[in-house]
Amino acid sequence: MRRWPMRLEPIANPSFARSITPPVLAIIATVVIASLLAMLAGANPFSVLGLILKGAFGSQFALLETLNRATPLIFTGLAIAVAFRAKFWNIGAEAQLYAGALVTVVLGTGALAWPGLALIPALAMGAVLAGAVVLLVPAILKTRFGVDEVVTTLLFNFIFLLFISMLLEGPLKDPMGMGWPKSARLIPEARLPRIVDGLRLHWGFALSILCALAVWVIQTRSTLGYEMRAVGLNREAAAFAGIPVNTVLVKTALLSGGLAALAGFSEVAGLKGSLTLDLSPGFGYTGIIVAMLALLNPLGVIVSALFVAGIFVGADSMSRAAGVPTYLADMMLATALLLMVLAILLTRFRVVRD
Amino acid sequence: MEILDILISASFWAAAIRIATPLILATMGELICERAGVLNLGIEGIMVAGAFAGWMAVYSGTGLWVGVAVAMVVGMGFGLLHSVLTVPFGLSQHVVGLGVTLLATSSTYYAYRLALPQVTSPPKIDAFQPYEIPVLSEIPLLGQALFSQTPFTYLAFILVGLTSVMLYRTPLGLAMRAAGESPAAVAAQGLSVTAIRMGAVIVGSGFMAMGGAFLTMSAFDSFFFEMVNGRGWICIALVVFGSWMPGKALLGAVLFAAFDALQIRVQQTGFGADIPYQIFLMAPYILSIAALVLVSRRAQVPAALMVPFNKGER
Repeated sequence: MRRWPMRLEPIANPSFARSITPPVLAIIATVVIASLLAMLAGANPFSVLGLILKGAFGSQFALLETLNRATPLIFTGLAIAVAFRAKFWNIGAEAQLYAGALVTVVLGTGALAWPGLALIPALAMGAVLAGAVVLLVPAILKTRFGVDEVVTTLLFNFIFLLFISMLLEGPLKDPMGMGWPKSARLIPEARLPRIVDGLRLHWGFALSILCALAVWVIQTRSTLGYEMRAVGLNREAAAFAGIPVNTVLVKTALLSGGLAALAGFSEVAGLKGSLTLDLSPGFGYTGIIVAMLALLNPLGVIVSALFVAGIFVGADSMSRAAGVPTYLADMMLATALLLMVLAILLTRFRVVRD
Repeated sequence: MEILDILISASFWAAAIRIATPLILATMGELICERAGVLNLGIEGIMVAGAFAGWMAVYSGTGLWVGVAVAMVVGMGFGLLHSVLTVPFGLSQHVVGLGVTLLATSSTYYAYRLALPQVTSPPKIDAFQPYEIPVLSEIPLLGQALFSQTPFTYLAFILVGLTSVMLYRTPLGLAMRAAGESPAAVAAQGLSVTAIRMGAVIVGSGFMAMGGAFLTMSAFDSFFFEMVNGRGWICIALVVFGSWMPGKALLGAVLFAAFDALQIRVQQTGFGADIPYQIFLMAPYILSIAALVLVSRRAQVPAALMVPFNKGER
């Protein structure tokens, strides 16, 4: 255990080159690693990367598919960005997403027989409330009992999915579902219409962009945004400055849970029309990558969600064409995430020999 | 009373110890990391990687113990990645940990698809078989519960003992605990906090991978997707529940596993048949949260847990 031969030294005035080089290198390294992995699978790396790009953005169909896939990721990415900014580690966006989907299905399958213009906002509000309540429990356990929210939100994902499974095999089961654990379909008034007739893209996407703008306004123009940032930077200092830290954490949790729930609402009302156990292929977890790649910036979340959705959609079609397993997409994203957090650090610090 | 009959049956306790073994191994791994000051959220993915690596090694023809070693080495590799990013570079332990979990999980699934492209159901291996320890296994109840397990379980218990001795009886353990409590004091002694923490994360990750390997090489004899199924996260709760002490954490793991074994058996009784099975599956997770609520107020968290240490700053 001799002395460690390196340490980090802050850079006083990082040059433009300094702040751009590490992230660019991180992207290049991710692409190189993905190419090597594709070669392991016996495929030509250039054609694999080309197929991913083409499958994600190469045609109108592909592009719409990517936008559809990006929609829930924008919501969950925003949910994580809001929470992580205040250093409230909400890893439970998956549970909140399903809470939103659950309320949408419970109220939207005939319980409320309102016209669409009244019903759809009501469903969205109901979903937001449900997601907020689901995250309120870990938030209160944290502020009242000092229980770490990482563990509770993670475990809530498992609990909530089992709860949904129970409902889908019990009271919510569709009698017409041929025995599948699946809810009844939403009534037509509850469905989110398409933005443009004939194009497979629903208003959930527009709502997600609106939410990103709203979160950006809250974070940059409101007292709550300032308080959330202060709590995230230094909890003790924020408390010393008179900020009610616990109240801010609870408000953060309500906002974060509500945003994640909108992902469930938009998937059910915009895309699927009913609730099944495979509604989300991990949108809640992928939201963490989306938020981190966006540096927790709400407007950046839109861009990074499009990027992440593009990789997933592109990898699906690439896998069919080139026979490389789709898990390549997850590996690329994990690599990008780890390299990017390192790259961001290296824009502000230099490594010196010690 | 049916539940009472279950609680005094030796087969129930034998099952509890079997269910506890992967939790014990991974919880020790997490405890070692956290005692040195690093939260390792890579645990879930590292368990998946260990489960696959050990099983794959044996499937390709190595011996069982070589398989365990392979799993451990793979786990240590991910531990190295985690520790480089979180210790000398001091990056967010939450983000890096989740990233390592995602990387370990996806690369395991990728490797599985590449290694076995054709199969619909995964092949089986000749897994560890129970070994009855002479004399001790004759003890009523206790003998069957504790001393008729597979050698992998005995290894887990030995490792808890070794971890405990290492932490509390050796200079290395003292340095590790100090790295998690007041790293500046360690540095003042001329020791490298960075090296100690990295070593702890690497070794701890090796333990986690062994916990995963137990699933494919002893509890079952095959590898399935989703087979770790949140066990890693439960181990993080068990470390808190055990107040960062190996003995208490072991006890917590066994209690937890006993509860898990009980819910499986109650499901099959007349009383359990009326309740949706999901309630029983939820119970372990709810129990973990309840346990955390009970202990968190008075938990002795390592003071420097999740606090990066940079020599330049002090």
